[in-house]
Amino acid sequence: MSVNSFRGQPDAAGHFGDFGGVYVAETLIPTLLVLNEAWQKEKHSPAFNDELQRLLRLYVGRPSPLYPAERFSRALHERGASTEVRVWFKRDELNHTGAHKINNVLGQVLLARQMGKERIIAETGAGQHGVATATVCARFGLPCLVYMGEKDMQRQEPNVFRMRLLGAEVIPVTSGSRSLKDAMNEALRDWVARPEETFYVIGSVAGPRPYPEMVRHLQCVIGEEVRDQLAEQEGKDVLPDLLVACIGGGSNAIGLFHPFLDEPSVRMVGVEAAGAGLATGMHAAALAAGERGVLHGAKSYYIQDADGQIEEAHSISAGLDYPGIGPEHAWLKEQGRVQYDSATDAEVLQAFQLCARTEGILPALEPSHALAWLLREARSLDTPRRVVVNLCGRGDKDIFAVARHLSDSGSDTESDTGSDSGSDAKPDAESNAGLGTKSGAGLGTKSGAGLGTKSGAGLGTKSGAGLGTKSGAGLGTGLGAESSG
Amino acid sequence: MASATRLESCFVRLRESRRTGLIAFMTAGYPDAETSALLLDALVEGGADIVELGMPFSDPMADGVSIQAASVAALRSGMTLAQTLSIAEAFRARHAEVPLVLMGYYNPIYHFGAEAFAIRAAEAGVDGLIVVDLPPEEEGELRLHTDKRGLHWVRLLTPTSSEARLAKLLHGASGFLYYVAVRGITGTQRADEQELAQRLAWLGGQTQVPLAVGFGLRTAEDLAALRGKASAAVVGSALIERVAAASERGLQGAALATDLVHAVRELRQGLDG
Repeated sequence: MSVNSFRGQPDAAGHFGDFGGVYVAETLIPTLLVLNEAWQKEKHSPAFNDELQRLLRLYVGRPSPLYPAERFSRALHERGASTEVRVWFKRDELNHTGAHKINNVLGQVLLARQMGKERIIAETGAGQHGVATATVCARFGLPCLVYMGEKDMQRQEPNVFRMRLLGAEVIPVTSGSRSLKDAMNEALRDWVARPEETFYVIGSVAGPRPYPEMVRHLQCVIGEEVRDQLAEQEGKDVLPDLLVACIGGGSNAIGLFHPFLDEPSVRMVGVEAAGAGLATGMHAAALAAGERGVLHGAKSYYIQDADGQIEEAHSISAGLDYPGIGPEHAWLKEQGRVQYDSATDAEVLQAFQLCARTEGILPALEPSHALAWLLREARSLDTPRRVVVNLCGRGDKDIFAVARHLSDSGSDTESDTGSDSGSDAKPDAESNAGLGTKSGAGLGTKSGAGLGTKSGAGLGTKSGAGLGTKSGAGLGTGLGAESSG
Repeated sequence: MASATRLESCFVRLRESRRTGLIAFMTAGYPDAETSALLLDALVEGGADIVELGMPFSDPMADGVSIQAASVAALRSGMTLAQTLSIAEAFRARHAEVPLVLMGYYNPIYHFGAEAFAIRAAEAGVDGLIVVDLPPEEEGELRLHTDKRGLHWVRLLTPTSSEARLAKLLHGASGFLYYVAVRGITGTQRADEQELAQRLAWLGGQTQVPLAVGFGLRTAEDLAALRGKASAAVVGSALIERVAAASERGLQGAALATDLVHAVRELRQGLDG
């Protein structure tokens, strides 16, 4: 079937070609039908859109700048890219709460209010979507429950603390792999049990109809702003030549890509997380190394074993740690409209550091995948002169993880303390992480300047006691507390 | 007209003897493949009219903690969909007349291949399917193959379905209809008796297909309340929990099965009065 427009999906049944749909238990169908009806009505309502625009401007801080990253561009030239290549960062990391997630959350919570829902639930992996949801719920005085895998709560303790500060209840999920996919299962279970009063805010372009389309609609503000801003800077009707974005579920990417899908001159690349490498099986690249399947309401690509059991994803970036991908990306891949590739943890760490030092911006590890792809593919960048990267999140949340990994990867002379790069690293391996190591990773010194570690960070606790901490370490007393260098 | 299927005959017998049927659930491969077969026999010995065999899945989003845990345990013990079908086939060889329904989620089936699965399930002597995450909107791609092989397609009905939705669900249902008595997941809270009775009476006027009630039924008393009001009652989580508790106490193999026979017998008595 030939396609006249890449922007006409999904069909009324929520299908993007063969993907998407409503693969859920009948128990959820009545709730989804009501939600879909409300959404189809509200998305065209002037009152809804006026309020959304007003809050995006005054509360979120949109539009986010389209920033010409000249020194990063130069780094690409040095790696073999044509000197004609210029990179812009779409700075969605400057949004309130530090990521693109809030664009979507704000819209969904406005819809929830319109529908008279009194209780908001969400799932979160890295915690960014949970923080955005907790934030908007605080803004509207709505109770907020966030389901989070127990394992992720340990990995992302600062975000757990942030959510609790914002008044949300964070519920540890102990089933399955205790990470994002299980948090989503648990949120769906909650929703089925209390459908009337509950609104489920899904954080990515995943899930059953209408979520993939609703979340896309709310994220398209990213690409629409890019179109206007580039024209402003480069001249009327000037389009980008290449768009690059990271992909977990794929909401920031679809937000950037979708407004340009019918511009044939615009090339697009979505970058998945290759983790330790696709061949190792330790990755989160559902399109590159997963297979077609059905999970969480949608047919798409999922990482699964030979029996069709869903496997855990692995990435240095908790935000990409999802074993699936939004159904529209599966369709765009099949159509050949968007190119999908991946970047490894090691490449991502380098890109993270390079961005920090060339532009004075700490990108989140998620968009660092997009930067890493550009750096790796620099040599092949000759024709695309105007490149836009979606900097969809800021890296403050990641400094501890980066510190740990730099310590680990730079430990060639100290392999006894640095061999374990997993989230379950022993405290003694982590405690001398510091930001950087002797090895000359360069952000610190062997002395363990110690910008905190998992073991000593002290930003909140597992005890869930709200603002207090079980250990009494309190807010930030863990900064370097355990550095042993 | 084809002759009545095992499932149809079973419901005819139940109706003629004015009994409410007992549909008993076990997860395939729980706690391991060998014991699993013994437990299925125990369900029959205890008086189950229909056996519902769960196909383990890593992400059973409509199930509560007990069935999830059984699923995880079965997968850990190495259970696969192919082996589940073998367990079904072996069950059929031992029990020629007891209807057997497979319950699970679509992904393992999709991965196995919808047509290949339908062929294997029919060969194994499976009578019907409950594929939780294939609502009428999406069922076509599998049902195309299972209808052809004479497998019943069991649909779920919910307390929150609108009349328009119910009409859609009743049209094309076969075998039996699975009425979800509570809002939520398997094994959770109890249904409101009066509301349930009204709903069942109303549904009974809408369809000839037998109505089975499930989710949240745990005890003989729960079942006694359904006597004469539904064609059958489904018990799942409570039986899984019984096995889990007995395992905790150290029971294994035949002893575990004997314990389960007692549990099913109690439920049976609740239904029969």
